Amino acid sequence: MRALVLIFRREFAAYFATPLAAVFLAVFVGVSTGMTFFVSNFFDRSQADLSSFFTWQPWLLLVLMPAVGMRLWAEERRLGTIELLMTLPVQPWKIVFSKWLAAFAFAGLALVFTMPLWITVNWLGSPDNGVILASYLGAWLMAGAFLAIASCISALTKNQVLAFIGAVIAGFIFVMAGFDLVLAAVRPWAPDVVVQVIASMSFIGHFQRITDGVFEASALVFFISLIAFALWLNVQILDARKAA
Amino acid sequence: MAVSQALVETRALIKTFGPVRAVDGISFTVGRGEVVGFLGPNGAGKSTTMKMIAGFLEPTSGSAYVAGFDSQRDPISARNHLGYLPEGAPAYPDMTVADFLAFVAGMRGLSPAQGQRRLAELVESIDLADVWNRRIEALSKGYKRRVGIAQALVHDPDVLVLDEPTDGLDPNQKHEMRALIRTLAPTKAIIVSTHILEEVEAICTRAIVIARGKMLADGTPADLLAHAPHRDETMPQLVKTTPLEDAFRHITLDQAGV
Repeated sequence: MRALVLIFRREFAAYFATPLAAVFLAVFVGVSTGMTFFVSNFFDRSQADLSSFFTWQPWLLLVLMPAVGMRLWAEERRLGTIELLMTLPVQPWKIVFSKWLAAFAFAGLALVFTMPLWITVNWLGSPDNGVILASYLGAWLMAGAFLAIASCISALTKNQVLAFIGAVIAGFIFVMAGFDLVLAAVRPWAPDVVVQVIASMSFIGHFQRITDGVFEASALVFFISLIAFALWLNVQILDARKAA
Repeated sequence: MAVSQALVETRALIKTFGPVRAVDGISFTVGRGEVVGFLGPNGAGKSTTMKMIAGFLEPTSGSAYVAGFDSQRDPISARNHLGYLPEGAPAYPDMTVADFLAFVAGMRGLSPAQGQRRLAELVESIDLADVWNRRIEALSKGYKRRVGIAQALVHDPDVLVLDEPTDGLDPNQKHEMRALIRTLAPTKAIIVSTHILEEVEAICTRAIVIARGKMLADGTPADLLAHAPHRDETMPQLVKTTPLEDAFRHITLDQAGV
């Protein structure tokens, strides 16, 4: 347990060791609000809700979460510190999990910084705060899934740029899973069940149901199991690299 | 369970990277009180062997034991007995020396109070007081290497595996590092890799010469000297060499079939 806390603390502090954290938070909040007001025309809709904010979250997180997660393992490999870390008397899954958790907490902080928007809609009208809270939780979980994918891919390389690109591509497939762009490539040859399964992997599908006010267990289970699977794969990748 | 008296043991260690056999059947044991110098040209397989002992790399075949524990099958127990300085003394550049060593102490299972006490000792013996609150990225190579040594000693392990501990140090720092290793020697089993020959004479009780992944010699520095070809004193030498260098060249160049 102590190892989990120590690694979490170290990793979380590492985000703030450079101005990167501040820049990231500024970009995240700036782009989120910009999209909400200028692209989605928040005021013209005359609706006191945050759906124009959450519509953009899958796309924004798709690009920004890999930027948060790309360093998790690639940087350890580049610095050589992976050799220190992986020869400490701690099970690898604990290290993988704590590192992800630190990134997840950072993503949570970024979302917290957008909360003035929430206050604003409450000041302008009376939104359904339950739906907004659920949507925030959904966005955070989705961020966690993007981060788990990024962490997994980061373990494959010591090049952070490659890790970033790989994570965006993998995330893009998950975001688009429910759309024809992905499904059309599968439908001609795969049985219907496979097409259904792939369609059910859609980040946007699960997230949209939450923002529509249907906070069902299936979305929760989906994101949590995806995170668990990606982190499990992350451990396997590290293990395989030992034998390479 | 401990299977042998030796603190470090490798049995027929082999590691291949694709078509390259980096380590080719290395077996040896190191007991308490011994300081074994791994000698060999660059790319000989010294670091790879050390990484397998530390459990960072998995051997293609063969096994490595630390304090009797298999570094692959019982890694946590093996690592508890091992202090490891990886090649290049890596450390987190964004942390201060104090934070980094406290982090390692915690990860090694020392309580905060124990950690504080132990770090206070290490500040003294490794002379880190001047840089204690400085970020590691701002340290000179010499200090960085010392932080690496401190990190390996935090839990006072039985076994020390140090990959080029004196690389990049100036002559005074080298001298201090060697003195430190010598004071640690009686209670531990220590493996030091180096390509500095005088280091072997200065600190090692035994030298293992490795080239192209194979062990070419294993003996005291004096044994090694016996390999030196007889030098014709009447011939002028183009490049001055010491007898130990002659022995090293003879072993690594001739026996490897170059």
